[in-house]
Amino acid sequence: MMLSRRSIILSGITVAAAGALPGFAYAAAATPKRLVFIIQRGAADGLATVAPTGDPAFAAARRAMADETAGGAKLDAMFTLHPAMATTAGLYTGKQAHFAHAVATAYRDRSHFDGQNMLEGGGSRPYGRSDGWVGRLLTLLPAAERDAIAIAPAVPLALRGTVQVGTYAPSRLPQADSDLIARLSALYADDPLLHPLWDSAVKTQELAGDIGGNNGRNGADLGKLAASLMLPADGARVMMVETGGWDTHSGQRGRLNAQLRGLDQLVGALQTGLGPAWSDLLVIVATEFGRTVEVNGTGGTDHGTASTAMLLGGGLTEGGKVSADWPGLAPAARLDGRDLKPTRSLESVIAAAVARHYALDPKRVMTTLYPDT
Amino acid sequence: MAVQYLAANRFGLGRRFDDPAIGDPKAWLIRQLGDYDPAPAALAGLAGRAAIATAYVEYREDRQAMRRAATETPMSEEEKGMDPELRRLSRSAIRRHYVEASAARLAAAIATPTPFPERLVHFWANHFAVSADKQTVIGFVGHYENEAIRPNIMGKFADLLIAAVKHPAMLLYLDQAQSFGPDSPVATRMRNRGNRQSPGLNENLAREILELHTLGVRTGYTQADVTAFAKALTGLTVAGLGRGAGQRLMPADAEPGATVFIAPLHEPGAQTVLSRRYDAAGAAQAEAILRDLAVHPATASHIATKLARHFTADDPPAALVDRLTADFVKSGGDLTSLYRALIASPEPWVAAPTMFKSPWDWTVSMLRALKVPALGEKQNVAAMFTQLGQPVWRPGSPAGYDDKVATWAGSAGLMQRVELASRIAGRIGDRVDARQLAPLVLADALTPQTAEAIARADSPGQGIAMLFASPIFLRR
Repeated sequence: MMLSRRSIILSGITVAAAGALPGFAYAAAATPKRLVFIIQRGAADGLATVAPTGDPAFAAARRAMADETAGGAKLDAMFTLHPAMATTAGLYTGKQAHFAHAVATAYRDRSHFDGQNMLEGGGSRPYGRSDGWVGRLLTLLPAAERDAIAIAPAVPLALRGTVQVGTYAPSRLPQADSDLIARLSALYADDPLLHPLWDSAVKTQELAGDIGGNNGRNGADLGKLAASLMLPADGARVMMVETGGWDTHSGQRGRLNAQLRGLDQLVGALQTGLGPAWSDLLVIVATEFGRTVEVNGTGGTDHGTASTAMLLGGGLTEGGKVSADWPGLAPAARLDGRDLKPTRSLESVIAAAVARHYALDPKRVMTTLYPDT
Repeated sequence: MAVQYLAANRFGLGRRFDDPAIGDPKAWLIRQLGDYDPAPAALAGLAGRAAIATAYVEYREDRQAMRRAATETPMSEEEKGMDPELRRLSRSAIRRHYVEASAARLAAAIATPTPFPERLVHFWANHFAVSADKQTVIGFVGHYENEAIRPNIMGKFADLLIAAVKHPAMLLYLDQAQSFGPDSPVATRMRNRGNRQSPGLNENLAREILELHTLGVRTGYTQADVTAFAKALTGLTVAGLGRGAGQRLMPADAEPGATVFIAPLHEPGAQTVLSRRYDAAGAAQAEAILRDLAVHPATASHIATKLARHFTADDPPAALVDRLTADFVKSGGDLTSLYRALIASPEPWVAAPTMFKSPWDWTVSMLRALKVPALGEKQNVAAMFTQLGQPVWRPGSPAGYDDKVATWAGSAGLMQRVELASRIAGRIGDRVDARQLAPLVLADALTPQTAEAIARADSPGQGIAMLFASPIFLRR
């Protein structure tokens, strides 16, 4: 685990001081821009998060799970937000939330590991890059907005680059980072003894460290922590927050409900914790790929392709909108007959949002964040 | 087959980063039998018997004083507040010996140039297990391994057995220190005085010697054998620790923690064990029984099976067990001869590493591989192994830790190892290159898959964690 001096300061003294004197902290911060990238590791189901309830093929494909979103906020004629995301629904009403649907990275296979590497690295193929899009973004930012930190035991790929980045791992987060866990899963895959042991160990680990746990309070705690690290005058301006547990192959209804509630409370706590600084914040929520259109035999969904990305924040110009070049869910409209077809690149969604947020040249942002495209 | 890896990990404790090439694995192992040093530098400076015994007595007196104070006089608020703190301090005095000995044991294992005999020390300490569950035993467990086990692993099994049995850790752990001959002079005198609570026989040690240390369970000995053997053992106790009748009889010059034989506690008369009559008087009686048990064919087979299992698999090959048994019988329990027979046998060398390293083995092999200190200065070694699921010298039963794959291959334990490897890798960062270390440590067992996984790690630290969590490195 990399723990720079800066992150120790962030986690200790400064946070305590900020807690005692919040007004001072607000006043001292010359409203610099802030960015939080929340990664959903494990392929979050965009079709359940922002459900295309207006698509005539939706109910048939999702069968018993079609009413997963019943009671959720109607976003427009086509889409309904998952009911676990009440805070986010409120943000949408206040034009502080935007959902980009049917988006995907350039990755077209279905390995979490490779998919996350593409999402974070921003390359054109897995392991194509040793630095990440957030790390490269830092080089475009003024010094005052460049302080970056990851709430993780080690610097995630997305934040790697030429700019020094801190990490902060609260003790309740697992020591073994999810990337190492994924790599060991691959290494143990053919081992008859280790494979089942590891499977079960990882499941327990997820239960212990997930945002969905504790009726969403784990998510709220994480959001509170994130806000406390960003609030001080010399606090972090760019942050990556890790969330896991999105790989809902079975029992999706309950699990996704818990996950989304945790995410919703994370966002809510971030908004509450940042106070006025919320209007200077852009939150990007994205996952490595989506999940199958059809429900599988165990009440879950399998690895798919396109999913949903979320843009949140007080100063959002594109808020209160779902953007999608909707491909439709009919079997013929799907990718490989099974997945939501990507009609827009996630890379372009992220680059455009970042360029608007920081008022940077969109072309320059695109070539810096995604130099291989 | 991966003979280099097997030599280093199945027989040894993992390759050290600075170890020269093993070369001929069998010659490498044989050489260690001669080079073995029973008193390595890492163990120098540990507390002796008297200090350990005195620390326990002080702890007990503190506790008694506190109890008395609590029952006789109402405690002041101040005293109430002091109680747990005093208790903690005195506890830490007896625990300090344990914690220091645990750290020294690890240091010795990491540093040793003779890892095969060092593994045998661990093997025998576990065979003759004492467990630091008992307050009286905690301080003594390290001393037990260092003084009773280490000097005797290359000689006759009988001498190892007798040294283990007579050590205060064993006498206290299996209640021998409080066992009185029912018709011993002391017990008789107390009975005659009308003392209804007169002390009596405790069979614990006798039973476990038969069941665990020598013959093995269900090998034909009877309850009468156990009782007779227990009577023969009476008189054997520890100076300076016990209370009651025995202590008044202690020789005046006996140091606290010394093993003593007190004749007035010994059951008089001949004893018959396994149909053999033992007429010798005093301490010689138990010793004669122990010497016969040590060379009994059932003992030979029991030891051969455990040794063969440790170096092959859960179900050791019968041919290996038979060969080791025969060697044991023929040599009269000569342990060096037994190790030579083991090394020369084909069975430990033919299979891929299938045994799952215990948390101890795994951690030791990891730390041996690293040229930079991987643990913090203040790392509590005892606490680390407790967290990994194998507290040092605390198997919780006189049977010791079980020696099978399923004993250690658990999901939580696996995650604990990955977390420790990850933490250590984080401390080391890029000071060690796992891509260069892997061929050295995994030797001829390194698979292309593991090499590739390590090479593709996203950081030097992750590469290190991958190496130590790799399927091969988890096994021996």
